[in-house]
Amino acid sequence: MSTSTIAAKAGKVGASAAKAGPLIKIIVWAMVAIWTLPTVGLLVTSFRPTTQQFNGWWNALSNPTQLTIQNYQEALTTGSNPMGGAFLNSLAVSIPATIIPILIAAFAAYAFTFMDFPGKNFFFILIVGLLVIPNQSAFVPLFRLFGALGINGTFLAVWLVHIGFGMPLAVYILRNYMGTLPRAVIESAKIDGASHFTTFWRLIIPMSYPALASFAIFQFLWVWNDLFVALIFLQGEPVMTVALKALMGQQGQGYALLTAGTFLTMLLPLVVFISLQRYFIRGMTSGAVKG
Amino acid sequence: MADTTPAEEGTRTFGTWVKLVLTVGLAAALVLVGASSAGAQGWIKLANAVIAIVGGVLGAMALFWVLNKLVEMLPPAWEERIKPYVFIGPALSAIGLFLVFPAVQTVQGSFYNEDLSKPVGFANYVSLFGDKSFISTIVNTLIWTIAVPTLTVAFGLLVATLTDKLSERSEKYAKMFIFLPMAISLVGSAGIWKLVYDASLNTDPASGAQTRIGLFNAILGLFNIPQVQWLQTFEGKLNTLFIILVFVWTQVGYAMVLLSAAIKGVPEDTLEAGRIDGASERRIFFSIIIPQILPTIVTVFVTVLIGAMKVGDLVFAFGANSYDADVIGSRFITELWTNADLGKASAIVVVLLIAVIPILIYQIRTFKREEAMR
Repeated sequence: MSTSTIAAKAGKVGASAAKAGPLIKIIVWAMVAIWTLPTVGLLVTSFRPTTQQFNGWWNALSNPTQLTIQNYQEALTTGSNPMGGAFLNSLAVSIPATIIPILIAAFAAYAFTFMDFPGKNFFFILIVGLLVIPNQSAFVPLFRLFGALGINGTFLAVWLVHIGFGMPLAVYILRNYMGTLPRAVIESAKIDGASHFTTFWRLIIPMSYPALASFAIFQFLWVWNDLFVALIFLQGEPVMTVALKALMGQQGQGYALLTAGTFLTMLLPLVVFISLQRYFIRGMTSGAVKG
Repeated sequence: MADTTPAEEGTRTFGTWVKLVLTVGLAAALVLVGASSAGAQGWIKLANAVIAIVGGVLGAMALFWVLNKLVEMLPPAWEERIKPYVFIGPALSAIGLFLVFPAVQTVQGSFYNEDLSKPVGFANYVSLFGDKSFISTIVNTLIWTIAVPTLTVAFGLLVATLTDKLSERSEKYAKMFIFLPMAISLVGSAGIWKLVYDASLNTDPASGAQTRIGLFNAILGLFNIPQVQWLQTFEGKLNTLFIILVFVWTQVGYAMVLLSAAIKGVPEDTLEAGRIDGASERRIFFSIIIPQILPTIVTVFVTVLIGAMKVGDLVFAFGANSYDADVIGSRFITELWTNADLGKASAIVVVLLIAVIPILIYQIRTFKREEAMR
């Protein structure tokens, strides 16, 4: 008993002392299969020729030579909302809507962490409260405001909306992280005569990169995967989710284009997610698990 | 996958760079494919996107630089006093302008007619609550609010507990696969699961035999059970439950990561004490582990609950709002987008806002308690 506990402690800590029996392994891998099969089905279907789609996708596994990339070519270039153009629109929306709020939030988080001013607590509690407020509550007035300004349907409108909607979480995550940075470093910078602006750029931003990265991934996925903001504020320039929803509306044309289109919308988020998931997980755990 | 200690950080830097380069390379390749497939217009769009990105980012940087310079011109005492507001100013303006102010206007707008030109008193609310389909929408939202966090925490706890007993490698991969759906948009998830829930009639042109293309119905077919119209099964609100399962599929990864971290944080000696007393593994789980990770369970539950209350795009993407599976979030879009009734759309959001207030109070209280412990 004691040796196994020591071994367990060396590898993993916590509740892992008990060894996995075959039953546990079966349950875990069955769940993994359930979680993965729908996506596998999508992927296989997207490579099947339209003429073969009268039966289930698993039939394609018996003769994989019939697979084709024609569905992708069609989804990318044809239809009322070609996915190729939608991909660019999604990029043009997502990248500025990710980077701009980070910068603005980092300044605010710095002030909330390292400066003292009247109203500090009030403003931060306001931000904590706003984390819960549904974004839908801002749609109608913003739609009218942007209409009056004549910017509805432009990228600027979508950026502004996403900057506003992402801001509370950005300030919250960054401030929580900056609160864990050693105050002594900032104090000594101050003694050396560095201004807040310099301290921020030269010290705090480089030290905060894990938190900046984790918020960036959150916000990027949120903006890229958003449907309603793009649907309402960016008419005429469909992003990928809007183009995909339009594809879904066209019934009776089968799954060929729908599955190819779905996979195209997932591609970039999956790449970002898999390669940077460490930051994503760190953001989640530092934001929510305390003590 | 899981948590790395600062010591591991250094050794992983090289791997991180390789990943970063690969990601950027892949993304660049995707961009070029996208641009070229959209023709000449594609390149113009790409140029626009690049200009927007550079302009937006540089603009934001310039704003702070100029503001900072302006404040530095003030006498030192004033500079110290005003500088914090320069730092938080842009963030607070964005929040005020795009979140707080519109929310207040929405409350006001809920008492106005379709184009918000004439006040109508409580007419929007009277008409909503007199409408059977809206009552059904509220019931559906309630089902979402209860079922989603419960199922998500239950599955998350199951995966977190079981994978913890696997070898480190198996744990890493099992978790990654369960985690992946988090990256997929809800519209994309609807696309994936439409195929699973498919109940269409298909004929094999060669043999003339009936075939099933939906995964679930094909499994039923193995037992000669007739096809089920999953998304059109109104009895007992089953179609709502089937859409909920898709949302749970996207959320379990989140619950798993947080609960797994909490389980690994349970001190070994408390478990050892239980074992010495002869407690069974199940008893240890329910009497020792669960009480210690309860704060995390509550956090996950509340976070997922908030997400479930606001959800709309999944139901909308399934087109399930026409199958009596509407929730408040999707009904709002129908009223705004399809019916262009801004007054009623605002009233629907106000219902959601009122429902959120208890959670808002809870969140602020939790935050204040945590701050006091810092």
